Amino acid sequence: MSADTTSAIGPVEGPAYDVDNPAPYIEAPRKRTGRTPRATRGNFEMAAWLFMRLSGVVLVVLVLGHLLIQLFLDGGVSKIGFAFVAGRWASPFWQVWDLLMLWLAMLHGANGLRTVINDYAERPNTRLWLKGLLYTATVFTILLGTLVIFTFDPNIR
Amino acid sequence: MATPVLDKVEAESAASPYITVTFRIRRFNPEVSDAVVWEDFQVEIDPKERVLDGLHKIKWDLDGTLTFRRSCAHGICGSDAMRINGKNRLACKTLIKDLNPEKPITVEPIKGLTVLKDLVVDMEPFFQAYRDVMPFLITKGNEPTRERKQSPEDRERFDDTTKCILCAACTSSCPVFWNDGQYFGPAAIVNAHRFIFDSRDEGGEQRLEILNDKDGVWRCRTTFNCTDACPRGIEITKAIQEVKRALITRRF
Repeated sequence: MSADTTSAIGPVEGPAYDVDNPAPYIEAPRKRTGRTPRATRGNFEMAAWLFMRLSGVVLVVLVLGHLLIQLFLDGGVSKIGFAFVAGRWASPFWQVWDLLMLWLAMLHGANGLRTVINDYAERPNTRLWLKGLLYTATVFTILLGTLVIFTFDPNIR
Repeated sequence: MATPVLDKVEAESAASPYITVTFRIRRFNPEVSDAVVWEDFQVEIDPKERVLDGLHKIKWDLDGTLTFRRSCAHGICGSDAMRINGKNRLACKTLIKDLNPEKPITVEPIKGLTVLKDLVVDMEPFFQAYRDVMPFLITKGNEPTRERKQSPEDRERFDDTTKCILCAACTSSCPVFWNDGQYFGPAAIVNAHRFIFDSRDEGGEQRLEILNDKDGVWRCRTTFNCTDACPRGIEITKAIQEVKRALITRRF
């Protein structure tokens, strides 16, 4: 039996540590202690999970329809201009369509990013800042988009 | 007694089934150094033997400081879950011949739990999550004077999740658990499932409420790592989704 035990580990009895010079204490990083807050956020996580599924199904219809109208039918992408958008938004149907798509897509994407941050951001501070940035951007985009759809003036100069 | 004709080659291989296998083991000893090193051991071993036998040979003949957990050594106690060639398995259920012995076999402690020494990790967070789901029968009312009866169909409902041996192979293969370790983890959910769907148990509502937590079943991303890792072949991801469905149908 050949043994290749050329080890980078020194003998345990070596210089090592003693009472005056103890080995560094390793804090268990994933301990669930009494101080760990018990999360009681009700059904928020379930609502978020359900929302992802339901909004995803609706978005398939909304987004594919949107792409079809904007890019393929009736001259395709070349017809898009101010006049085309103004014409479409003259009808409440397309206003509701675009508004719904804006809200669902933004919330769907934001919730997806929220779970990504929860899963991958390790330090609480990083989490806080990333989520702050995410929520700010989401609220800003949704409000701006909603404002534009509702106050759109086709005769703007 | 004369044996029938035996091929010479066959006879030779029967005489010496041993091959030389390199075990590349992730060593860590906090009493010596806070750095982690990979150490290679060459072991003569029968490819029909298991990785655990190789570890035993190393510990008994080459380096007695190698530290790992094992108890029954037959895939029941769930002590020796480790990351072998990058996949969580039980060392006592993994045969050398199934691992490509040409290349070094890497052996690491399971991920996501604090390493105490070599292949030994601190299982406390894992068992804390297990205790949190109350893995025991909860009933109301008087004790029956005879056993609590159950039809074979009712027993079949949660049969799959009774097989869990709490080896932590699933939980420590879960990328969500790797991050902050606050997620309950597949093993705890499997053991909650075992009681939630038990017709004799009346604590299902409490357990569902616990798993409805921020770090409960909703953090599952259905990556199927747990199902792949389970040495008992439990359909863990399916069990987690069944708990999710129970949570939703309970509300609506």
